[in-house]
Amino acid sequence: MSPSSRRGRFEGDDASGPEAGVDAVERDSDEHVAKDVGKDVKEDKDTEQDPVEKTLEDAKDATGTGDVVEQPATDQDPGNVPEPLGAVRAVGERRGMFGVSGTGDTSGYGGLVAPKALPGFTARPYGSWFDEVADALERRLGATDLAAALEGVTVHRGEITFHVRREDLAFVAQMLRDDEDLRFEFCAGVSGVHYPEDRGRELHAVYHLLSMTYNRRIRVEVTAPDADPRIPSTVSIYPTNDWHERETWDMFGIVFEGHPAMTRILMPDDWPGHPQRKEYPLGGIPVEYKGGSVPPPDQRRSYS
Amino acid sequence: MSTDTTPQDVYATGGDTSQGRVFTVTGQDWDSITEGLEESAEDRVVVNMGPQHPSTHGVLRLILELEGETVTEARCGIGYLHTGIEKNMEYRTWVQGVTFCTRMDYLSPFFNEATYSLGVERLLDIEDQIPEKAQVMRVLLMELNRISSHLVCIATGGMEIGALTVMTIGFRERELVLDLFELITGLRMNHAFIRPGGVAQDLPPGALDEIRDFVALMKKRLPEYADLCNANPIFRRRLEDIGHLDLSGCLALGLSGPVLRSTGYAWDLRKTQPYSGYEDYDFEVQTWDTCDSYGRFRIRLNEMWESLKIIEQCAERLAGLEGAPVMVGDRKVAWPSQLAIGSDGMGNSLDHVRHIMGQSMEALIHHFKLVTEGFRVPAGQAYVPVESPRGELGAHVVSDGGTRPFRAHFRDPSFTNLQATSVMSEGGMVSDVIVAIASLDPVMGGVDR
Repeated sequence: MSPSSRRGRFEGDDASGPEAGVDAVERDSDEHVAKDVGKDVKEDKDTEQDPVEKTLEDAKDATGTGDVVEQPATDQDPGNVPEPLGAVRAVGERRGMFGVSGTGDTSGYGGLVAPKALPGFTARPYGSWFDEVADALERRLGATDLAAALEGVTVHRGEITFHVRREDLAFVAQMLRDDEDLRFEFCAGVSGVHYPEDRGRELHAVYHLLSMTYNRRIRVEVTAPDADPRIPSTVSIYPTNDWHERETWDMFGIVFEGHPAMTRILMPDDWPGHPQRKEYPLGGIPVEYKGGSVPPPDQRRSYS
Repeated sequence: MSTDTTPQDVYATGGDTSQGRVFTVTGQDWDSITEGLEESAEDRVVVNMGPQHPSTHGVLRLILELEGETVTEARCGIGYLHTGIEKNMEYRTWVQGVTFCTRMDYLSPFFNEATYSLGVERLLDIEDQIPEKAQVMRVLLMELNRISSHLVCIATGGMEIGALTVMTIGFRERELVLDLFELITGLRMNHAFIRPGGVAQDLPPGALDEIRDFVALMKKRLPEYADLCNANPIFRRRLEDIGHLDLSGCLALGLSGPVLRSTGYAWDLRKTQPYSGYEDYDFEVQTWDTCDSYGRFRIRLNEMWESLKIIEQCAERLAGLEGAPVMVGDRKVAWPSQLAIGSDGMGNSLDHVRHIMGQSMEALIHHFKLVTEGFRVPAGQAYVPVESPRGELGAHVVSDGGTRPFRAHFRDPSFTNLQATSVMSEGGMVSDVIVAIASLDPVMGGVDR
C-alpha cells in the first residue's frame, strides 16, 4: 500500500485486499503491514456501515490516534488531531488535493477522498452563559409540549448555535424574544447557506440574535430540503427580517411562509433562478476584450 | 401633455403604459405635468424618485405616493448596485475575499475588511495570536475611516438641504483622511489592507507625524461644523423632529448605530462587545435623546471627536511599537513576504524574489502554494460584528474546511436601516424624505452588495 494511505481513504483501497498487504511486505516495515492488514479486516467487517462515517473512522485511524505510530511533535499540534466521531457532521466529501479535474492527475493526490465535516452537536455542559440560555429555552419548550423543537446545540469557536425544527421556528423565535430570561430583542437578519450535499436539509437559514439586555449573542439555524424549500416567516416577530427574508428568497429560493410580500429584492423581478445556490454558475457570460476572452472563474484552472 | 400645437418639452415627456400615464420629470417645467393631470386630478400621484436622483445617496429608488406635498406611502426599490460580491467570494481564496468585501460599503472599506477578517480569524482559532501592532493599526484605520465616513454623511446631507458650504468643507477634510489612507495603505479606497492574520503592511516612515498633524488640524476644523450647523435656525428647522424613530421602533426594525443612539440608548459594540482591543482605549459613547435627524447629526459630529481621541491613543501606542510584527507568526497563514519600496515605487520585495528564485526551492513552493491555493480554514461558521459608522456590520463566514469561503454573507447596516424609510417619512413632506434618508446614511454599495 502506498504510504499516502495514512492520510485518508484512497479510491481502490477496498478492492486491493490482501495483495496490497503482500506488496507492502516487500516495501514497507512490518509495523505498517500489521496496521494495513488490520485495517483491511476491519473494513470487511464494516461493509454495512455508512460510507461517510467509515471515511471518518478511517481518517481517524490513519492519522494515528492508535498506539503504534510515533508522530513528530509538529503533527501532534491539537489542530492536527481530528475531531472525535460524533462531534462532527459530515456533509459530502472533498476529492483530490488541488481541485483540478479534467486534466491528467500528475500530483498523485487525485484519488484522495476526505470528508467535509462540519462541527456536530455538542454535549452538555456548553460553558459560560450558554447553559443558562439553553436551560431557559428547554424549560420553556418543555412546558409547552414542544421539547422536540430543539434538534441540537452546537458550540464552536465560542459561539452557540441552536438547531431548531423548522415548523417550530416562529414559536421559538417568539419565545427567544419575549422570555425574560432570554430577551433576544435584536435580530441581525437571516443568512442563507446552501449545502447541496447535506441530503434532506440542503437549505439552511441562519438567524443571528442579540440580547442587548444580557449582552449575549446566539445563532439559530433552521433547515429545509431542496424539494420543499419552505420555512415559516419571522417578520411578525422581528420586523427587521422583512428585507432579509426577501433577500434569502431571492438568493436561495427559500420560501418564507407568511411573509407579507415575498418578492425579489436585489435581482430584477423577472430573473430566472436563485444566484447564491451552489448549482448556479458564477459568470457564465464570457467577457471579451479586443479578441481575447475571459471564462468565468470556475472554468479557469484553479488550485483549491 | 403637449399637443401638436405646442412644442414638445424635452425635459418633461409623457406616455401611456399599462400602469397608467407616466411622466418623466428632470426638473425644469412642470406645466406639462399639471396639464396632463387635469383629467385625472382626483387620482393619487405616484412619484418615482431615483434611481438616478442626486439626493438619494446613489442608486436608491424611492417610490412615493403623494397627496399634494404630503407623502402618504414611501417604498424603497433597491438592487441597482447589486454586484454579486458574496457569490464571487466563494470562488476566491480566503485572503482574496478581503479584496472583494472592501468594495461593498465603499465609504467604510476598513470596517468590511475588519469584520470579515475577524470572522476568518475566529474560524482559524488565531484570534489571540494577532500581533498588538496589527490590532492598533486596525483600530487606527477604522477610526480614521469613521471620521471620513461621517464627514461624507454630514457633507452630502448638508448639500441635499442646500447647505453647500457644509458639503465643500466636508469633502475638504475627508480628503485629508484619504491622503492618510494613501500614505498607509497605498490606496484611497478599496484597500484590502486588513487581512486574516493582521494587516498587509507595516506603517511607512513618517506616518505617525502625518497622523499627529492631521489630528491637530482636525481639532481646529471640526468646530467649524458646529459653528455652521448646530445653532443655525434653517438647519435646525430642516432637521429637528424629522425622521422620528424611537427605541422600540429601532429594535423592531433592527436599526443600529447613530440612529439607535439618537434614542438615548448607549449601544456601541466597541464598548459592549469589544473587538480588536477597543477595551484598552478611552472614549465615550455618544448619545442624544431626540430620536430625530438633528440628534443623529450631533451624534456623528461628537463621534468624530471621540475618534480623534482614539486616534491619538493609537499614535501614542504605535510610537512604542516600531518594528513590531503586523502579521500573525503562523507562516501557513501569513503572506510569504511584505512589499518593499523600490526605485520605481512600491512593489515586490526583491530580496524575497531573490530568495525564492535563487536560494530555496522550499520557499518557492511555499510561496506558490499559499498565494495560488491559499490556506485551509477549519469547517464551521462565525459571526463577528463590528460597529461601523452606520451600525452593526457583521460577516457570517462559513467554511467547509476548504481554501475558499463556502459562504460569506454580510449583514450590512445600510440594508437593514433603509427599511425604516417608510416609518420615518410617511405623513411628512416630500422634502423631509430626503432629510430622513440622509440621517440613515445609507451607502448603496453596502445595501446591494
